[in-house]
Amino acid sequence: MIELISSMVPDALAAHAPALLIAIPMLMAPIAAFMPSGRIAWILSILATGFSLVMAIVLVSQVQSIEGGAVISYAMGGWRPDAGIEFRIDALNSMILLLVSTIGFLAAIFSWPTVLAEIREAKTAMFYSAYLVCFTGLAGVASTGDAFNLFVFLEISSIATYVLVALGASRDRRALPAAGNYLLLGTIGASFFVVGVGFLYAATGTLNMAELAIRLEAVQDNKAVLAGYAFIVVGLGIKAAMFPLHQWLPNAYAYSPSFVTMFLAATATKVALYALVRFLFTVFGLEFAFEGSTLIWILMPMGIAAMIACSFQAVFQTDVRRTLAYSSVAQVGYMLLGISIGTAAGVSAGLFHLVNHALIKGALFMALAGVVLTYQGTSLQDMRGLGRSSPWTMTAFAIGAVSLIGVPLTAGFQSKYVLVTALFEHGWWWAVAVVMFSSLLAVVYMGRILEAVFFRAPTNPNKRHKEAPLLILIPLWILALANIWVGVQGGFVAGLADGAAASLFIGGAS
Amino acid sequence: MKGDHHVILRVVAKALIPIIALYGFYVHFHGEYSPGGGFQAGVILAVCVILYSLIFGIAPTMRAITPGFARFIAGLGFIIYVGVGFWALAMGGNFLDYDALFREEPGGHLGQHTGIIVIEIGVLFAVAGSMVTIFYAFAGRVSEIRDEDW
Repeated sequence: MIELISSMVPDALAAHAPALLIAIPMLMAPIAAFMPSGRIAWILSILATGFSLVMAIVLVSQVQSIEGGAVISYAMGGWRPDAGIEFRIDALNSMILLLVSTIGFLAAIFSWPTVLAEIREAKTAMFYSAYLVCFTGLAGVASTGDAFNLFVFLEISSIATYVLVALGASRDRRALPAAGNYLLLGTIGASFFVVGVGFLYAATGTLNMAELAIRLEAVQDNKAVLAGYAFIVVGLGIKAAMFPLHQWLPNAYAYSPSFVTMFLAATATKVALYALVRFLFTVFGLEFAFEGSTLIWILMPMGIAAMIACSFQAVFQTDVRRTLAYSSVAQVGYMLLGISIGTAAGVSAGLFHLVNHALIKGALFMALAGVVLTYQGTSLQDMRGLGRSSPWTMTAFAIGAVSLIGVPLTAGFQSKYVLVTALFEHGWWWAVAVVMFSSLLAVVYMGRILEAVFFRAPTNPNKRHKEAPLLILIPLWILALANIWVGVQGGFVAGLADGAAASLFIGGAS
Repeated sequence: MKGDHHVILRVVAKALIPIIALYGFYVHFHGEYSPGGGFQAGVILAVCVILYSLIFGIAPTMRAITPGFARFIAGLGFIIYVGVGFWALAMGGNFLDYDALFREEPGGHLGQHTGIIVIEIGVLFAVAGSMVTIFYAFAGRVSEIRDEDW
């Protein structure tokens, strides 16, 4: 499949795939803003994200063309990598790019009915423009090899995200304070990150990540490097919704337009987590990040705290979107736990769960978007009896739910299994118990929703929920089936995650 | 114009605004040899519009430079910038590789000159347009609760 698609792409395009993946959506964003009708902007954004998806597939096949994973270096503007901006695609980047562009493409397709219902007509073209800018930023973070450029792309995506979240105001006014909160915390996070990068630059005199990794070895005891390290971890931790820094997330997810929720839940925190992994393993290196400092005693407890505390919070929410938002923070905890083991198997498990969680939350929030089309809200009461009036939407929702819990034959089971195996190998058997306990909590909070959906009579029989339109159903079922496909035959995604983890451990500074 | 307190302001502003605009262009085109460039020049040009609206009111300003036009300029600047990137791609270079713009022999500087100037014009448009748009968004905001409703 991957070979087939990439062989159809002309060489001239394939050679510039890293740049084109970013540049086409970037070019389409202002063009979409000029479009007189939202419908044309919608089609443009499908085309742009679809093109990026093809480019991401090309990159995956290029990376996989060599045993052990090739590293594609693309010099922006023809400058030498250490002097200019380098786009550096290795196994990890290509995996994240594939994830972001797949989700971005599916999200663009399904968006039209929900955007029509939730965004004012005059703003739809601008809305798609902002979406494309956000997509550009996220893809840029996932492909750049330059620390400062990463900050720029992070800000591009974040600023577009604030706008997108605030546009939920036409459905629910609480979107405005949510966007304001997110703006404040996101800006603090980005500032921390850039301060950290500044310290590293002062200590080493370079911004290129691969070059930084080499030069940092000589100045590991430098206090500026340590301070920069702390700033970067906290800054990216805010963006990735690491446990105590996640307060912006539940409101931002609950009140933004349902399309935005789906896209953000599946990509934004994932990309920030990627950046964190990239800095911990590639730039600072395993020894510095894990042995030289006490990171393991920060990441691991934070991950576990997120898994338990936020799962509990999810249990007590009355709004389904808030339940899922808290569950997202809990799932970030799984990823952090996997990463904090500090072995290739652990990191691979964390990355595997990262991809699977994007598929799970993408499917769940997409199904919820269908619910929002009928009911303005998504409280637990609105969900009652939906299983009978819209079986297709809700079956896909249920698949996502069981996958989130981690029932065998679903994606969630595969990654939790890999995570538990890695934990056992490392001797953290007590952490396995925590994973089990947190999964039980997931049974409780998803069970509440499923019970309402399938076993309760509708609260208001006059307001019957219709099946979501086909434009939602098709991408929704693609994601739902992807959950099962990964669950039954997880080889492809697990292989990507393994390759990505291996590139972090072997690739190191090369 | 009896009782007009702002006559001095208006006269001075009328004299100053063209000079500020001129200075903006100076900063832009002299950016090659001295500190400055598209970003700073864009801000200075936007300041002209903002100063005008502070003195003569937002409504006449919006008639002269409509919000739609400001947005168009902002987007156009962005397209110009990315367009240079695609131009370089089309000529067989990397994205944004100025040297490739005219397929010069090594040592030629025409591409570098042209590239950076076009890019800076894009930046000028984008920054000036965005600044004015942001200002309009704040200044032109109609309060959602009418004063009588308080």
